[in-house]
Amino acid sequence: MNNFLMSFKRFLALLSTRNKEFFRDRSSLSWNILMPVLIVAGFSFAFSDDIGKQFKVGVVNKLSATPQSKQFLGLKHIDFYSVAADEEEIKYAVNKVQRHQVDMLLDATKQQYWINTESPKGYLVEKILLGLGRPDSKHLDLKYHGFKKQTVSGKQIRYIDWVIPGILSMNMMFSALFGVGFVIVRYRKNGMLKRLKATPITALEYLSAQVASRIMLIMLVTAFVFYGTHFFVDFVMNGSHINLFLVFALGALSMISLGLIIAARITSEETAGGLLNLFSWPMMFFSGVWFSLEGAAPAMQNIAEIFPLTHVTAAARAIMIDGAELVDISYHLIVLLVQSVVFMFLGAWFFKWD
Amino acid sequence: MVTNLLQIKNLVKHYPSVKAVNGININLPTGICFGLLGPNGAGKTTTIEILEGINDATSGEILYKGKPLGDQFRKEAGIMFQTTALQDYITVRETLEMFAKLYPKHVDLDVLIKRCDLTEYIEQDNRELSGGQRQRLLLAVALVNDPDIIFLDEPTTGLDPQARRNFWNLINDIKAEGKTIILTTHYMDEAYTLCDEIAIMDHGKIIAQGTPKALLEETFNDVILQLPEIELNRLDLSFFTTQDRNGYVEITTHDVNEVIAILIEENISLSNLQIRPRTLDDLFLELTGKELRV
Repeated sequence: MNNFLMSFKRFLALLSTRNKEFFRDRSSLSWNILMPVLIVAGFSFAFSDDIGKQFKVGVVNKLSATPQSKQFLGLKHIDFYSVAADEEEIKYAVNKVQRHQVDMLLDATKQQYWINTESPKGYLVEKILLGLGRPDSKHLDLKYHGFKKQTVSGKQIRYIDWVIPGILSMNMMFSALFGVGFVIVRYRKNGMLKRLKATPITALEYLSAQVASRIMLIMLVTAFVFYGTHFFVDFVMNGSHINLFLVFALGALSMISLGLIIAARITSEETAGGLLNLFSWPMMFFSGVWFSLEGAAPAMQNIAEIFPLTHVTAAARAIMIDGAELVDISYHLIVLLVQSVVFMFLGAWFFKWD
Repeated sequence: MVTNLLQIKNLVKHYPSVKAVNGININLPTGICFGLLGPNGAGKTTTIEILEGINDATSGEILYKGKPLGDQFRKEAGIMFQTTALQDYITVRETLEMFAKLYPKHVDLDVLIKRCDLTEYIEQDNRELSGGQRQRLLLAVALVNDPDIIFLDEPTTGLDPQARRNFWNLINDIKAEGKTIILTTHYMDEAYTLCDEIAIMDHGKIIAQGTPKALLEETFNDVILQLPEIELNRLDLSFFTTQDRNGYVEITTHDVNEVIAILIEENISLSNLQIRPRTLDDLFLELTGKELRV
């Protein structure tokens, strides 16, 4: 048998054993599946009620509003926020109208407004705009007021839709870091790695089997959580499932490789746990999983760029919410690919059997 | 022509604070069982780990079949470490199958399973094995690749006497096949029973080497008489070389007749007298001055 076939046979033997171990460890398997489901269910429940009672309207040229517009802007219980009279900003705000994150966008000077034809709140706020000071409903028309109507359409993007890509990515991160890093340290501590070192297998065969096993498991669990959650929560998925699969696979590879670096030489599970937490907690909070980093300090945004979770979350969100194609998220994909290669190289370089 | 399976030349391993192995030379012919003995901290585990290819030497040379340790050695060596964890949630059969696939050739697993008396536990999770079952599985793992050289590092530590005897039988069977075995143990009776040749290490050096019988003959020409301490109360023992041991007094002498004559003269009852030859325990104490710890 030639070297390559023998090497592949050893790789498969290790892969198969690791997979069996994972699937038979019921508590670990259940937790891997249950945790993201519980988080999603919790958020779904928490945001099932429409907690925002006000209408939300974006206003362009607020300071130079026409008298009709001013009358509308003077109303109570509507949240008016300013939008810069910039093409990109207006486009961004229109996008929010599409996603039901804003009920209306109004250009107060041009008396032009954008409304989502599928939004009930948009419908109501339009009626308010057109009915101001006019008790006779027959005069609720555009010509009378001189407002120009622009319509957009799009399904509502709820917080749960926004947060789910992050939750899936975060669950992947924990599984990648702890599932590989922690396990390798445990094997090293209890002498399993030392025993394997005494066989003809190479470090590369061993590590690649661990990585392949974990990627398979992560993808399987993530797919299960994705479709299971989708069935109950019906979150938005506007992009290609295959593209999302690729993003998650690349993200998993990158984060598993990061786990390999952490686990390369450590022999204490306590130290490994501490180090893994040191990496995972900042990633969990500062990678845009729970809240957008758009308004965050530039320094924080720069730090977040280092984290693989930032790129997986952003790419997954772009696919799921915006229906982005791979070319649209190529920046994130390149970063993840580079990180995977660098982390994997460093992990293999520093790896010690005992 | 290769005369020695394993040649160890001036092996040295220095750690920053200690010289663990300090110039060891061993020539190991094919087909013998070689025992490496020594008190804790003597350097025998470091030595055996270097021989196994697990640890690197600071200097020196190890030749296996005339070549430096490498791929061929890893394919042809079977190793049973002192402590090895087995993968959780995997059965005994799956463990053997996994290790079998790591080697280019392997023995018939069913034969191996029978031989190591694992049939009854073959579908059992590794976590559920008793100490003896576990040791037999680890031995089976060491034999899975039909090795030419087998390292057994304290293989019977923690086993009950019956399990130890069973294990010895297994090792004797392996020996009978002409395999070369390197054994470390704290049990001197084990070394005496199994080993064709032993080396006693202390402070990183081999302080004695040879067959157990030859080493005993070289070192001792006396015997030990044992009597209950209570029966010797009246006797002035200053004439003898004695040692107290668990309620017995051991008298070391070159002339048994002379000692017995004195005892009779002093009206000491000889009904509980025992005479024993020197053992490897005595040799070990003589050479290292340390009691073996198990």
